[in-house]
Amino acid sequence: MTLSFNVLLTVSLAYVGILFAVAAISERRANRGEWAFLRSPVIYTLSISVYCTAWTFYGAVGSAARGGLDFVAIYLGPTLVFIGWWWLLRKLVRVGRKQRITSIADLISSRFGKSSGLAVIVTILAVVGTTPYIALQLQSLTLSFSVFTVDMENTPPPAYTALWIAMGMALFTIIFGTRNIDANERHYGVVTAIALEAIVKLLALLSVGIFVVWGVAEGPTDIFARMDPETFQAHNLFGPRWATLVFLSATAIICLPRMFQVVVVESSAERHLATASWAFPLYLLLMSLFVMPIAIAGLDILPEGSNPDLFVLTVPLAAERESLALFAFLGGFSSATSMVIVAAIALSTMVSNHMVLPAWLYLSKNRNSETEDVRRLLLRSRRISIAGILALGYFYYIFTGGLDALASIGLIAFLGVAQVLPALLGGLFWRNATRNGAMTGIVAGFAVWLYTLLLPSFEGEFVLNDATLEYGLFHLSALKPYALFGSSIPDPLVHATVWSLGINTLLFVGVSLLTVPSAIERLQAVQFVNVFDRSISSRTFSRSATAEELLVLAQRILGREEAFRLFETEAVTQGKAGVLPEPTNDFIASLERKFSGSVGAATAHAMISQITSGDAVSVEELIAVADETAQIMEYSARLESQSKALAETAQQLTQANEQLKALGDQKDEFLSQVSHELRTPMTSVRSFSEILRDTKELDEDRLRNFSAIIHDESIRLTRLLDEILDLSFLESGKVQINLAQVRLQAVAERAVQSTQTMAEQAGTLVVLDPSLARFTLRTDFDRLAQILINLLGNAIKYGSSSNPEVHITARKRRAEVLIDVSDNGPGIPKESENRIFDKFARLAQGSSSGSAGLGLAISREIARNLGGDLFYVRGRTGSTFRVRLPLTER
Amino acid sequence: MSKKVLLIEDEPHIVAALRFLLQREGLTVFDHGDGQDATQKISELIPDLVILDVMLPGRSGMQILQDLRDDKHTQDLPVLMLTAKGQKKDREAAESAGASMFMTKPFANEEILKNVKALLNR
Repeated sequence: MTLSFNVLLTVSLAYVGILFAVAAISERRANRGEWAFLRSPVIYTLSISVYCTAWTFYGAVGSAARGGLDFVAIYLGPTLVFIGWWWLLRKLVRVGRKQRITSIADLISSRFGKSSGLAVIVTILAVVGTTPYIALQLQSLTLSFSVFTVDMENTPPPAYTALWIAMGMALFTIIFGTRNIDANERHYGVVTAIALEAIVKLLALLSVGIFVVWGVAEGPTDIFARMDPETFQAHNLFGPRWATLVFLSATAIICLPRMFQVVVVESSAERHLATASWAFPLYLLLMSLFVMPIAIAGLDILPEGSNPDLFVLTVPLAAERESLALFAFLGGFSSATSMVIVAAIALSTMVSNHMVLPAWLYLSKNRNSETEDVRRLLLRSRRISIAGILALGYFYYIFTGGLDALASIGLIAFLGVAQVLPALLGGLFWRNATRNGAMTGIVAGFAVWLYTLLLPSFEGEFVLNDATLEYGLFHLSALKPYALFGSSIPDPLVHATVWSLGINTLLFVGVSLLTVPSAIERLQAVQFVNVFDRSISSRTFSRSATAEELLVLAQRILGREEAFRLFETEAVTQGKAGVLPEPTNDFIASLERKFSGSVGAATAHAMISQITSGDAVSVEELIAVADETAQIMEYSARLESQSKALAETAQQLTQANEQLKALGDQKDEFLSQVSHELRTPMTSVRSFSEILRDTKELDEDRLRNFSAIIHDESIRLTRLLDEILDLSFLESGKVQINLAQVRLQAVAERAVQSTQTMAEQAGTLVVLDPSLARFTLRTDFDRLAQILINLLGNAIKYGSSSNPEVHITARKRRAEVLIDVSDNGPGIPKESENRIFDKFARLAQGSSSGSAGLGLAISREIARNLGGDLFYVRGRTGSTFRVRLPLTER
Repeated sequence: MSKKVLLIEDEPHIVAALRFLLQREGLTVFDHGDGQDATQKISELIPDLVILDVMLPGRSGMQILQDLRDDKHTQDLPVLMLTAKGQKKDREAAESAGASMFMTKPFANEEILKNVKALLNR
């Protein structure tokens, strides 16, 4: 043993320094918007390898040397999921992105009606399930340190090493894991560092493997010739334990908080899954390639009784290859640190979003909390949570004294988090799954897991004593932790898996069938189950709040700058001046999603609900719920049960009916207005034609005058009919759009030409800005001209001033062109701003203008049919109408 | 002295037609196109008959009618309501509000003249 402790320490610190540098550089590049490398599918795939922890790095060889092929199962499970079940992952990732999911607890809570109770339960489950796992990483790190320092004097005690490591990782995680709080602003620094560690651990294991096969032995045939057939038996392959392992490891890839973090939360593009679906199994294959050879070599050349969990280090050391051993040490170090860092980020997000923040919200209800900054609170609580989680892991390690074989703790943890699986799968694929079902299932499964696996693992030293282990709780033989209800499954892991997940699933399904989901649960169910169905994506509750209150809330959660930027963008999109947009439903819903990305769905919903009023349901939702409930009705009729559901359904249908009736009334109103508009010119036509018919002597002037009126009014009638037809076609989307490359200048010139006479009569100066000449877009020439003619006509007609002028200008904003038609007239009265796009909303008196008041409604429909929009820009002198159209990429 | 008819109507062409028809019958015709101050106009003029359009800018014909019926000086004034909305409920509303007569646009000249005469001779 010639490696000095100092060399080891220096190398480790240098490696940590490199990780810090990589993370810092990535963060800086992300800030500058240089994504290409950071968002590559390779980085994504490599980050998924946090699955391979120190347990798999060291423990796989250990388990192989102990005679099992457990390690194959541990690699096989995820492989099956990635190759065969990638559609499940795709659905998870899609839901995660759409709903801005921040963690697995958030996903479950969001699906089951944004329930905060459920979020807390899953968070507790995740913390309890992950703590032993973190302890395991600390244990393997200290063990690997001790391999190098075994013969030296004044070596630090293992507890010290573990403490330093835990503190170092807490520091790294706090620095790079809590820069921002929005789940959609990913942790690029952390992910890139993890990807680097993934490469290091793979290369380390491959190097040791290659050295063993070609350096220690003389090639593959030789190494397998050294195998002791007594030790390596395949008899346990495909047995119940083995199948359980495959199942648990497959579950782990979805349910482990850290896996959920890298697979779903940190995912930057759904298509990366396509690469990962073959690349990650390949990574696992490479990781497992040399496990057997290293195990065989270890048993062959090392003295009997050597710890097989450390063969990856001790085999090179025994062959006096210190630098290789050092490299292997860095591989193990990478495996452990990457797991701990990602797990700490995932858990701290859950703890602070689902426990700290709701508690704070509850406590501060009676205080004046307006001024407090949620964002700062959240960052602080995440940082404290990270430190707390690592402290928990550390104390667990000290408490258990690192007695267990590495693999067993890992499996216990796997089964713990697997309790989420029934609710997760049910939530994604079964729309009748309810919150109560999920809660009952998870709590029961968790309890059974605690009783039959986790607590007995302390071997009578914690909570359960020896007597209970032997004879069952209260000496009831049905309650023996290892033989529940008298079952005789010899392997405790298989026993616990069958009972915990069995009871969990049964209760989940049973209670779901017996309970009725609330309206919000139903809406969320549709959003999750039918996530790939585009038509239902935009369903939200109708709420109202003032923009000021929303802005105050947004500042507290997102920070001042981000909040103002968000509100300003929305205000501009709505065509409003200033920073306060109209608090529309869509805007409130998008805010809630944005907040969800920071604080989780349940908390975001609660916070928005505090300031919004009227959680009423909109027409579309009611129709959608009615669709849903119609299906439920059919279903329950078949089952001839659930009269409660029927009663609720009937009530919801009645509501939907009322809303539909309101829609019908609107249509009647429109028809009656059309009738009015048609009857008015017809009255003049009829009356004057009767005069012409019945009057014998009519002087020349009157004759000409009256005929001219009849003529004008019949033209007005025709135009009105054309407009009504045009509008109805546009509204039904049946209108033909002829797309071509169109020069904006040419369209504007056409509009000026068409309105020339009008402009001359009114003495209006129409100015085309030179900016128009800069744009060529793919659109419908005639339709765009129709919009501009209408706007120009209105501006000339209503823009009365002493020196009337109309300006048409264009400018680019992102991938759109904004065309403004502005006049210097009196503008539109504030109280009428909301009505101008209504059908027949004529503001001027009389209608001798010859238009029925459908012009703006039609123009807006055309703009929308052309992929853009038309709106009135508020707060300018004079009136400005803005056409927004998509700009073709050139 | 010829009788005075006041047209409260905002469509200039309809006003022109009615003016021609009524003047030919020897009536004096006034017109007013805004609903806002129509009531005031009526009380100033005190016509023998008001022909009142329902859809007016500013204030609806129905409201103007209410005002007239609430005021004891004008509560017996003959009012012929004209509307371009031909629905039954509009007619019922007008009658319950106290319209002397109710006609739908478009109308036959002969018929409106007959009604005007009937109202003036009452």
